[in-house]
Amino acid sequence: MSQALAVKLPLFRRRVLPGFGLSLGFTLTYLGLIVLIPLAAAFIKSAGLSVGAFWETVTQPRVVASYKVSFGISLLAALTNAVFGGILAWVLVRYTFPGRRIVDALVDLPFALPTAVAGIALAAIYSPNGWVGQWLEPLWANGMVKLADWVPWVDWKSWLGAKVAFDRPGIFLALTFVGLPFVVRTLQPVLEELEPEIEEAAATLGANRWQTMTRVIFPELMPALITGFALAFARALGEYGSVVFIAGNMPMHSEITPLLIITKLEQFEYGKATAIAVVMLVASFVLLLLINLLQKWSRRYYSV
Amino acid sequence: MGMTATSTLGTSPGHRDTGRRVIRNPVWVRVVFMALAFAFVAGFLVLPLLAVFTEALRKGIGPFFQSFTDPDMLSALKLTLTTVAIAVPANLVFGVAAAWCIAKFDFKGKSLLITLIDLPFAVSPVISGLIYVLVFGAQGWYGQYLDAENPALPWLHAWLVEQDFKIIFAVPGIVLATIFVTFPFVARELIPLMQQQGTDEEYAAVTLGANGWQTFWRVTVPNIKWGLFYGVILCNARAMGEFGAVSVVSGHIRGVTNTMPLHVEILYNEYNFVAAFAVSSLLALLALVTLVLKSLVEWRASKRAG
Repeated sequence: MSQALAVKLPLFRRRVLPGFGLSLGFTLTYLGLIVLIPLAAAFIKSAGLSVGAFWETVTQPRVVASYKVSFGISLLAALTNAVFGGILAWVLVRYTFPGRRIVDALVDLPFALPTAVAGIALAAIYSPNGWVGQWLEPLWANGMVKLADWVPWVDWKSWLGAKVAFDRPGIFLALTFVGLPFVVRTLQPVLEELEPEIEEAAATLGANRWQTMTRVIFPELMPALITGFALAFARALGEYGSVVFIAGNMPMHSEITPLLIITKLEQFEYGKATAIAVVMLVASFVLLLLINLLQKWSRRYYSV
Repeated sequence: MGMTATSTLGTSPGHRDTGRRVIRNPVWVRVVFMALAFAFVAGFLVLPLLAVFTEALRKGIGPFFQSFTDPDMLSALKLTLTTVAIAVPANLVFGVAAAWCIAKFDFKGKSLLITLIDLPFAVSPVISGLIYVLVFGAQGWYGQYLDAENPALPWLHAWLVEQDFKIIFAVPGIVLATIFVTFPFVARELIPLMQQQGTDEEYAAVTLGANGWQTFWRVTVPNIKWGLFYGVILCNARAMGEFGAVSVVSGHIRGVTNTMPLHVEILYNEYNFVAAFAVSSLLALLALVTLVLKSLVEWRASKRAG
């Protein structure tokens, strides 16, 4: 009986190493106080709103416009990171060149550099008189005119933004920056593990290099690539610090959802701020769940 | 020839490309890949870093250094260091405790616990600040407690009211929000490391008569010290640089509740660009030190593994 109880309730089993109760107790208390109770507060506060009021808040045109900006541009930034981060990871693992170590270390810069610093630095570079902005800005404006000539039925300026900095492209630049390390860092270990023998086998069996790349290497990288993409997307979705300095922050056009939450808070509309936050929280938790499932799936995939 | 090249050359990572790799992409593919990768790194990583220092020194050395004598800047620096000095050790102790119970013992719900520890990374910084406003703000549970007619624990209530103890728009809120956003760093570094190391050495120590603390300090800590250091530098970098969460709970009172990143924002919005970038350059320098330390730890780990 006592044996059965001990197996059922592992807390009471005799353990060789000490400190289980203390460390687990401390972990759970700290987790509860710092993370779980405050997070629950957001849900409880929004539960204070009626369903109708909640729905009305989270579907206001300005709020919906901010979702479109946040989700759309985050998606675009994460896709850019998937492509260029993929290439960068490939170059870092497969090619040797002077300064490879430095480039490799620099990849983590977006993790280490405070987001506000990144924001003002990007704004300085891409603003109309910045290093890149001074030639990119006219190029962009010109491109918008050309696009309007070719495809006049789309309002390109309001879609893509009339300028680079302080408009939608600025948000894209900031979100690409903050998501940059994710794809590189998830792909690198997988690329390093990739056996060259597989490529040799493919070549021996008559595949050309393109076939080897697309049919042998790429499928191997797919789970890690998707995981990195999802992580970059999740990070971009919540980003605030780097974006506000370069976005222009025009309501209905270049206002991201986190900024809208802050705006509501500054107007002391706590209920509305919380309702929008709950929508964002649910979106990020769904993403987190997907990422976890992906990682489980890819672990199985690789162990076969 | 191919055989000898495969077996003798290129086992060290630095020579990976020369011997072992028999098949290569065509030269033009390599050139295009390298060009794209370098353009990406230059446009998004190198230029922003250079811009920070160039803008800071735009008006010369004098105004650059003058930016650091501003009393508001000094108080921002002090507040940032205070916040880090509380948040990092708190998350360090938590990380070690969490890794100890997760890696050394078996219990139900372990994978749920690991997921929950990672939760703060999935939450937007702005929302991380907001949830503390909801708990401790004037409209929140703490605020209601302060305003209550017949509060529970009257002695505590009296003391809090007498001290005018504020959490939101004050230093405690900033510390709490920073702890939240840096919560998983040490734990997620230590958990896989300690799981991989297993419990054999600790069992041996206990069998030889060591008590719990002796086992921990003399066996476990030496084994995890580099992972610990790695987690701490990442945690420290984020704690110093956090903007969104701290911005929500700070209230932006100049010289009182401004951290360094918030001070950058204020200076920038006042068009005081040289000072904004001067403060930024200090933070960027810290980021660079973080990257160097991180690379050193990784290099050391790979050398030990190889």
